[in-house]
Amino acid sequence: MSKGVFWKTSLTALLLSGGVLSAEAETIKIGYIDPLSGPFGSTGDAGLKHFRYAADEINAAGGMGGMQVEVVAFDNKINPKESLVQLQKAIDQGVRFIAQGNGSSVANALTDAIAKHNKRNPGEEVLFLNYAAVDPALTNKKCNYWHFRFDAHVDMKMAGLTDWLRDQKDIKSAYILAQDYSYGRAFTAAAKSMIEEKRPDIKIVGAELHPIGKVKDFTPYVQKMMSAKADVVFTGNWGTDMTLLVKAANASGHTVPYLTFYGGGLGAPTAMGQSAVGLVKQITEFHENIEASEKQMARVDDFEKTNSLDYYYERVFTLMNMLDKAVDGVGSVDVPKIAAALEGMTYETPYGEVTMRADDHQLMQPLYISTFSEGVARDVENTGYGFKTDITIPAAATETPTTCRMRRPS
Amino acid sequence: METVVFALLNGLIYGLLLFMLSSGLTLIFSMMGVLNMAHASFYMLGAYFAFTLGQHTGFWFALFLAPICVGAAGACVEKWGLRKVHASGHVAELLFTFGLAYVIEELVKIIWGKFAVAYEIPPELNFSLFELFGSQYPAYRIFMLAVSIGMLAGLWYLLKRTRIGLIIQASLTHPHMVSHLGHNVPRIFMLVFAAGCALAGLAGVIGGNYLVTEPSMAFSIGPIVFVVVVVGGMGSLEGAFIASLLIGFLQTFAISIDASFAEIFSFAGLSADGDVGRITIASLAPMLPFILLVLMLMLRPRGLMGEREF
Repeated sequence: MSKGVFWKTSLTALLLSGGVLSAEAETIKIGYIDPLSGPFGSTGDAGLKHFRYAADEINAAGGMGGMQVEVVAFDNKINPKESLVQLQKAIDQGVRFIAQGNGSSVANALTDAIAKHNKRNPGEEVLFLNYAAVDPALTNKKCNYWHFRFDAHVDMKMAGLTDWLRDQKDIKSAYILAQDYSYGRAFTAAAKSMIEEKRPDIKIVGAELHPIGKVKDFTPYVQKMMSAKADVVFTGNWGTDMTLLVKAANASGHTVPYLTFYGGGLGAPTAMGQSAVGLVKQITEFHENIEASEKQMARVDDFEKTNSLDYYYERVFTLMNMLDKAVDGVGSVDVPKIAAALEGMTYETPYGEVTMRADDHQLMQPLYISTFSEGVARDVENTGYGFKTDITIPAAATETPTTCRMRRPS
Repeated sequence: METVVFALLNGLIYGLLLFMLSSGLTLIFSMMGVLNMAHASFYMLGAYFAFTLGQHTGFWFALFLAPICVGAAGACVEKWGLRKVHASGHVAELLFTFGLAYVIEELVKIIWGKFAVAYEIPPELNFSLFELFGSQYPAYRIFMLAVSIGMLAGLWYLLKRTRIGLIIQASLTHPHMVSHLGHNVPRIFMLVFAAGCALAGLAGVIGGNYLVTEPSMAFSIGPIVFVVVVVGGMGSLEGAFIASLLIGFLQTFAISIDASFAEIFSFAGLSADGDVGRITIASLAPMLPFILLVLMLMLRPRGLMGEREF
């Protein structure tokens, strides 16, 4: 046997044995496409740790429908174009479930690409599980059958925040600050129309969009809010943009309530400190001081111990467990059947029952408005401060109508 | 009124930080003809060195030690890297420093990780110094101002009033004559390169905790530093100073202006709902330095105070 032939045969043998091996132990791969470097790298990394932890939990309990789950990470540098490259890479590696959350611009690109892929490749469909991209369009105008959202969208959260505002009679003016992309624009539009509707007497003294991830010093923005005499600030910022905004507000001594979506985690509390107590509010599906079972608290503790990171994304666990339930029911990786099982599914989370609304694939879950406070049982980021619930909004009350006309595969 | 005062103060501090960065770049360029693409990377190194040293020695020692370390790194780069490449001409130098910028970024990612590090303002300076129009002014900013002005005065004294400054100035224009007089010109070059890097390092030390210390900080400030040098005029320290302040003021003032295109160009019938009319001056702030760069290259290619065309 010549040398060349020998190599070729052994290579073929190797490939064959590899193929046999992978067929034996089938794994469900979840492609996690989010920023893992750059200004939002730490945010993406935190999400990944939640997914990995949830996957380990499911694997320890026997996996999804008997198959082991593996979370494969892809760094999209929060760039929609790069995300499509990573999506293709993931599909080529046999990934059938895509999880993404950071950046509605990315989610918009992914949902289109996945719909197109599924149309062209029947039998190889891919499911898009969105855990944090909250542009309302994704489950309204742009809704599609393969996209499921596990976070409350901008309009739902804004409705909660403005309901709180309705009873604050001493607030006379508001300032809106958001990042300049689809999500930030949706945030600004929702804030404007809902304040107008619920408190027509409040004057909106400023509505600003700033470039995402580019501003390193928010002091000029904070000083603008102060000279505009805003009584309350609405901000949709997240990640470093949130941390730096709070840092600047803190340094300038800006002591008005900040109504946020993402003030409660991922670095922001560390930057806040004493001066933010009683002022920074957030609307979320979770914070550590919501009462829950001992089992859930043990999970939170264990997560924080193994990852040295705050437990933040309860919805990642909801997402993984609902997927688990769907795969268990179907019994195989038949994506269209799994999608059908997820539609309308109800699931009991440690914080109440949630439903995946079939009309638009938007999860309905209880939401909590909470305030950054002293003397709470569990603190965030080892600051000694934590969040205290002001208002609990039951899942049914968070529902907003949808314009989605879902086209289901026949 | 208060908007103007705040914009002036913040613009001044940002402008002086930019000058600290661009002074080194413009000195190196005017002396050696090297456009150091990796200059902002030395700024990043300054911040990271100060972060690591600060954990052991405290901020105040790091304030002096970190720039010295960065300067030493700069000297090594000049002596063992740039000097060898110098013989192959300007393109090779440009490519060398360009590659170096990427190498430094990757090294920083390997050593300190891909995310921002918790490089904080020292607690001694973490209070508000005075109150201005109901808004508190952090002491650290005034400290930055003081350091920048100290550096400016020191640089001016060194270049204009000392013997070393005389030799440096002479080597700028007449390197052969200086070497005939018995001075070691390559060593002067190395010292200038090291000093330029140390200045960038100092900017990193005081800017890293004021802004954010992360691996992408070099690439986010690098382009603006080049704008400063080009607008000020290649190789002109005075020009770099004026351009730094100009860009500092321009950016902070722009943020405080709320007018949109629709309001400014209402005579042309621009609607506030259109894609163009919607744009506000404030949202243009990050782009303004580059608009200035393009305009400057079109109208006055040698920059404000520059002496050579390029």
